[in-house]
Amino acid sequence: MRRPRESYDVAVIGAGIIGCATAYYLASRGLSVAVFDRSYITSGATGRCPGGIRQQWSTEDHVRLAMKSVEIYKNLDQELGVETGYRQGGYLILAKTEREVKDFERNMRMQRSLGLPVRWLEPGEIREIVPELDVEGIGALGAAWNPTDGYADPFKVTFGYARAAERLGAEIFTFTGVERVIVEDGQARGVKTSRGVVRAEWVVNAAGAWSRLVAETAGVSLPNKPYRHEILVTEPVKPFLRPMVISFHDNVYFRQSSRGGIIGGWGDPNEKPGYNFESSPRFLITMARLLAKYIPPLRGVRVVRQWAGLYDVTPDARQITGPVRGVEGFIQVNGFSGHGFMMGPATAHLVAQFIAGEPLDLPLEPFSPDRFERGAFEGETAVVG
Amino acid sequence: MAGEDEVTICRCEDVTMAEVLEAIRVHGARTLDELKRILRIGMGPCQGRTCLRLAAGVLARELGVPASEVMRELPRVRPPIVPVPIGHLVLLGTGGREPKGGGDP
Ligand SMILES: Cc1cc2nc3c(=O)[nH]c(=O)nc-3n(C[C@H](O)[C@H](O)[C@H](O)COP(=O)(O)OP(=O)(O)OC[C@H]3O[C@@H](n4cnc5c(N)ncnc54)[C@H](O)[C@@H]3O)c2cc1C
Repeated sequence: MRRPRESYDVAVIGAGIIGCATAYYLASRGLSVAVFDRSYITSGATGRCPGGIRQQWSTEDHVRLAMKSVEIYKNLDQELGVETGYRQGGYLILAKTEREVKDFERNMRMQRSLGLPVRWLEPGEIREIVPELDVEGIGALGAAWNPTDGYADPFKVTFGYARAAERLGAEIFTFTGVERVIVEDGQARGVKTSRGVVRAEWVVNAAGAWSRLVAETAGVSLPNKPYRHEILVTEPVKPFLRPMVISFHDNVYFRQSSRGGIIGGWGDPNEKPGYNFESSPRFLITMARLLAKYIPPLRGVRVVRQWAGLYDVTPDARQITGPVRGVEGFIQVNGFSGHGFMMGPATAHLVAQFIAGEPLDLPLEPFSPDRFERGAFEGETAVVG
Repeated sequence: MAGEDEVTICRCEDVTMAEVLEAIRVHGARTLDELKRILRIGMGPCQGRTCLRLAAGVLARELGVPASEVMRELPRVRPPIVPVPIGHLVLLGTGGREPKGGGDP
């Protein structure tokens, strides 16, 4: 098997969407890059997510970042030379309480001011978009609808970035764990891997829910916590559902995949932090009830598979991106909760711009790792937690 | 007669031998888990009952190792073991009565 060289400009830890996309944007800037994953590409959260891409967020920075990602996703097939399955089927976010109606109104005003074509739908208008949805049974008072939201295939996107990065000279070492980050004189100098020491000017921590553990090896403490999230898919049925349907109130989302299966998840409010990948009957039954309530004809459709993955959750449900104080050259790109796939392309692009010393398309400051110490942060509320 | 390349390995997801070989030779897949992620082998309604064995045979041949070694780490079996209708799951734990709320059991 190929061995890593002695040194690279950048060592990236983790080969999910974040690590692979970052490697691609770095390599396209002429930097030498090695990516290390202790397992295979997409083995983490990336290979377990349904690939939803939403721009309807409650904080401006998130809306801007997601819109930047959508710009990238729109041209990604051409850029990477793969079919990523990117579609703009829209996101229908149901409001079930007066409080939600008010919050959505405020969020939509802000989102529209940034150029998002989001609008409010009355119950009757929801039925026009998804006639099968039992709007009354659900008790939906209306919905926020943005037709330019959508989804892509996480495997196609991530392997697409990985192969494109390799064509540009990046090297990806799978089944190669990073044991620790090497720090000398307050500066990251490389990584000690299961296949030897590799020197690097920059070390990027894109280890998803394990980022906290990786950071610890450099003496850096991150506030991230891993939370299990479960999801299931049904057998294929005739295409009838174009958008992703969400309710923050019921903590649920679902969409129809291009193969016809309904793929959906529910966040258990009682979930405790931990590295738990077990599939639970509680989830299976709850999700089945929610699907049967939202779309009654689905009762006859069979569930074929359920699985679980980890959210990497920060105190404000916003990701951590950028340099840390104390260890120069050690860049964090983690803490993405349930939105790393959609924020991935834009964030990875910004990180490459930062490392290459280019002007940034968007500021990284709002996602700085220091914000928790400063105690000045605004929480993202539009999440399926 | 179809050449070996056109042999179907996974019927649910319509994956041919040529695609499996490409995943191994070009994309460097070394495990059944990777073949599953790259090609969706075993993700369809049959959940891998025949295709995983076939894919393991091809992988073993390409890597020059015994099939038993490739089969040692099988992709995790995802529940339910057989497909179950949503309408049946809804009634679980309710003694067969319709649940009142639709959400949290
Ligand atoms: C059920 C579920 C649904 C989701 N839905 C969505 C959605 O619709 N839209 C969306 O945008 N996001 C969604 N997400 C979130 C999204 O999946 C993640 O935010 C995103 O995939 C994170 O990517 P990543 O590359 O940072 O992490 P991962 O994909 O987790 O990759 C981290 C990698 O690091 C490797 N690693 C860990 N430790 C080490 C080490 N010491 N050495 C070497 N390698 C190491 C792991 O093996 C892993 O491959 C969902 C997540 C889940 C679980």
